[in-house]
Amino acid sequence: MNGLFSEIFISSLISGGVIAGIPLIYAGLGEAISERAGVLNVGLEGMMIGGAYGGFVGGLSFNSTWLGLICGALTGMIISLFMVVLCVRLNSNQIVVGIAITLGAEGVTALLHGAIYADTYPRVPTVQQVAIPLLSDIPILGPGLFNHHLSAYLAVIFVLFVSWVLKSTGIGLSIKAAGDQPHALEAAGGDVHRTRTIAVLSTGLLAGFGGAFIVLVGAGLFVPFVTNGKGFIAIVLAMLVRGRVKWIIVAAVLFGMSLSLTTALQLAGIDIPIDLVLMLPFVLIIIVLFVFGRRSYLPAALALPYDREQH
Amino acid sequence: MVTATELTPTAELIGITKKYPGVVANSDIHLSLRPGEVHSLLGENGAGKSTLIGILSGMIQPDAGEIRISGELVRFESPRDALERGIGTVYQHSLLVPTLTVLDNLLLGVDQGWKLGREVATTRLQELATLLDVEIDPSAVVGDLALGQRQQVEIVRALWRGEGVLILDEPTSMLTPQGAEKLAQVVRRLVSKGLAVVFITHKLNEALDLGDRVTVLRRGKIVGEVSPSDMLSKDRKAITKEVLQMIFGESTKASNTTVAKHVAKSDEQVFRVDQVLVAGSELHLVLDKVSFALNRGEILGIAGIDGNGQKELAEVLSGQRKVDSGEIQLDGKSIQLLSTAARQALGVRYVTDDRLGEGTVGPLSIALNIVLKRVGEAPFWQRSWIKNNAIREFARVLIKQHDVRTPNELVAISNLSGGNIQKVILARELALNPRVVIYNKPTYGLDSRTAYVVLARIAEQAESGVTTIFISTELSEIVAICHRVAVMYRGQLSEPIDVRPGIELQLGALMTGSTTV
Repeated sequence: MNGLFSEIFISSLISGGVIAGIPLIYAGLGEAISERAGVLNVGLEGMMIGGAYGGFVGGLSFNSTWLGLICGALTGMIISLFMVVLCVRLNSNQIVVGIAITLGAEGVTALLHGAIYADTYPRVPTVQQVAIPLLSDIPILGPGLFNHHLSAYLAVIFVLFVSWVLKSTGIGLSIKAAGDQPHALEAAGGDVHRTRTIAVLSTGLLAGFGGAFIVLVGAGLFVPFVTNGKGFIAIVLAMLVRGRVKWIIVAAVLFGMSLSLTTALQLAGIDIPIDLVLMLPFVLIIIVLFVFGRRSYLPAALALPYDREQH
Repeated sequence: MVTATELTPTAELIGITKKYPGVVANSDIHLSLRPGEVHSLLGENGAGKSTLIGILSGMIQPDAGEIRISGELVRFESPRDALERGIGTVYQHSLLVPTLTVLDNLLLGVDQGWKLGREVATTRLQELATLLDVEIDPSAVVGDLALGQRQQVEIVRALWRGEGVLILDEPTSMLTPQGAEKLAQVVRRLVSKGLAVVFITHKLNEALDLGDRVTVLRRGKIVGEVSPSDMLSKDRKAITKEVLQMIFGESTKASNTTVAKHVAKSDEQVFRVDQVLVAGSELHLVLDKVSFALNRGEILGIAGIDGNGQKELAEVLSGQRKVDSGEIQLDGKSIQLLSTAARQALGVRYVTDDRLGEGTVGPLSIALNIVLKRVGEAPFWQRSWIKNNAIREFARVLIKQHDVRTPNELVAISNLSGGNIQKVILARELALNPRVVIYNKPTYGLDSRTAYVVLARIAEQAESGVTTIFISTELSEIVAICHRVAVMYRGQLSEPIDVRPGIELQLGALMTGSTTV
């Protein structure tokens, strides 16, 4: 039974959607934190690709998926230090620095990979999938949604955790204030620079983790530019969910599905030019921005450097 | 003189000095804040009130001087230090996060573990709401509150970590009369509980109504004080007169200038503004039915404290801002719907007060700045091609005519001094047949000699038949060159009156919204 509604098509679409969507959740969540704190982090793609490479090297060296993911997260965080120093502390233009980070990280990782691994193209250790009992037995949906590496489920836990932090903790409150009215935070005795530093470092950590996920759980190997614009899609997602971070899960899986459509269509034996399908997520982004763009929530002090003496 | 009834000051500022490049914002300020006393701090814009408050609240570090709290020497490195010493400030512009709830705004920046203690905070909020005798909904989102309620939240926040000194910076500027009345009640209640309140304002009546003691600042210095005993014993009119004299002083800038004032002989009406209205916030109109008429060659002064609608009026007249209703006429024809460029072609010119932001493009040459408002027009552009020679030639003539000090016309304008930049702007606006010129604070930031040159130029232009609207916060200037003067206060323009010697007090009263002199 071939065609659009065959079980294999739907199942592979969902499964692929989750695998492609998880990095978007991590990165989108990270971006959401930065944006709420008033830092527009255009370097997200760079932090992801850095994390992807760091994760790849870590995964190979330790022969462990988890240690690889942790290395990826740390690499992303180290890259985000550029953003902290240049944008949060020295008040440089966030967009320029972000673009520089992205271009720089893409170049450096491609160069390192070319110099070290280009001849061998090694593969990272295979992942252990954990099927959640009962849920994974649901026909059609079950295998696609509930049969993944543990780090995929971890994404959901992270989202819930960040959502709680933003709602119920002091640092969450400070982050929201730093983005909406930083002078109020300072007048109340808070520290805008410190808050934004924490936010940007968290973004680097999550984006790096997401990038490493692409390599270690998704693709199984590193190729230059492996993130393929996912960082930019995640920036749009973070803006679209208007600060309600839980919605990132839904949005990310939808975009993930459009990203994985190629594979699913091939598996289902439907012949559509591959370039057309590869275009789909970006066309989708444009359409979504047309429809919802004006409603996207942006903190009042987004992308504005903070200077206490300037009122 | 310390009597038995005078307690130790809650807070004391001793010899505070703060300098910024080019200005001394505070010069050797001594101020004592006593428990149970409302201390009104009066002064014009730029008198140094905000700097002083910034220092007391920890936002700004003084260059010299010390702060004592209950007799103990302290140093405030940040607003947090001041808050912890019980000094809370309600800033002029709301410093609450509009997207958060009242309770979350109050919890902001408070150190207390990982999870927010919302229950404890609710109790504290109730406690303070009772102290203020107001009702505050902890779960309301601040952005949805009326300005008066937001201010109550800010007062609560100022007292959150201790009830010592409450600083209110221009607290009534955003309030309705009812809101101001409620605020006065709250303040009275707080001082009766032993707080020291600092009340900063430029509205004379409020300062006298609410204050137990009044201190007047001018140009960074304390120039006078009315003690509590004087406040009680002296007649209100006498105090008002005394304080007005302190605020505005004798004529200062341009005081020794004698700009020849010609008599406006013409009775040909050129410019007429009729019931012009610009709506702003729900509280008060930006321009509230402003009307006046000007004859050829007449100079009308518009006095007022900054921010009462003068800039908006200038923008409406020049075409940079739309009117909501009303009419502007030039030579009997309505021009309120014309664009800025069209009005300029008719001879309506505007000399902005924002010389660097709106008036010039810093990195461009003087020559290009001179033709900035004529881009695309012949002879400087022909068939879309820039004619550099024509522009340079034109610029050279104007530079000479207006005595702009520069090596040549190709220097980037940002390299010139403020006075020379202003001369370039004047040259641009006064070139090619001006009919009506609006000047917005044309001498602002200039040294007195350059200020004199500018004033003389304005007067000379008027004599040659240019109708002039002269907006200024310096009364002495207005008296020196204007034929008539009107005062803007909260978007309303008073009836213009003829300028005569000794008019300053009357103007000062109008500027501060005071009716009794």
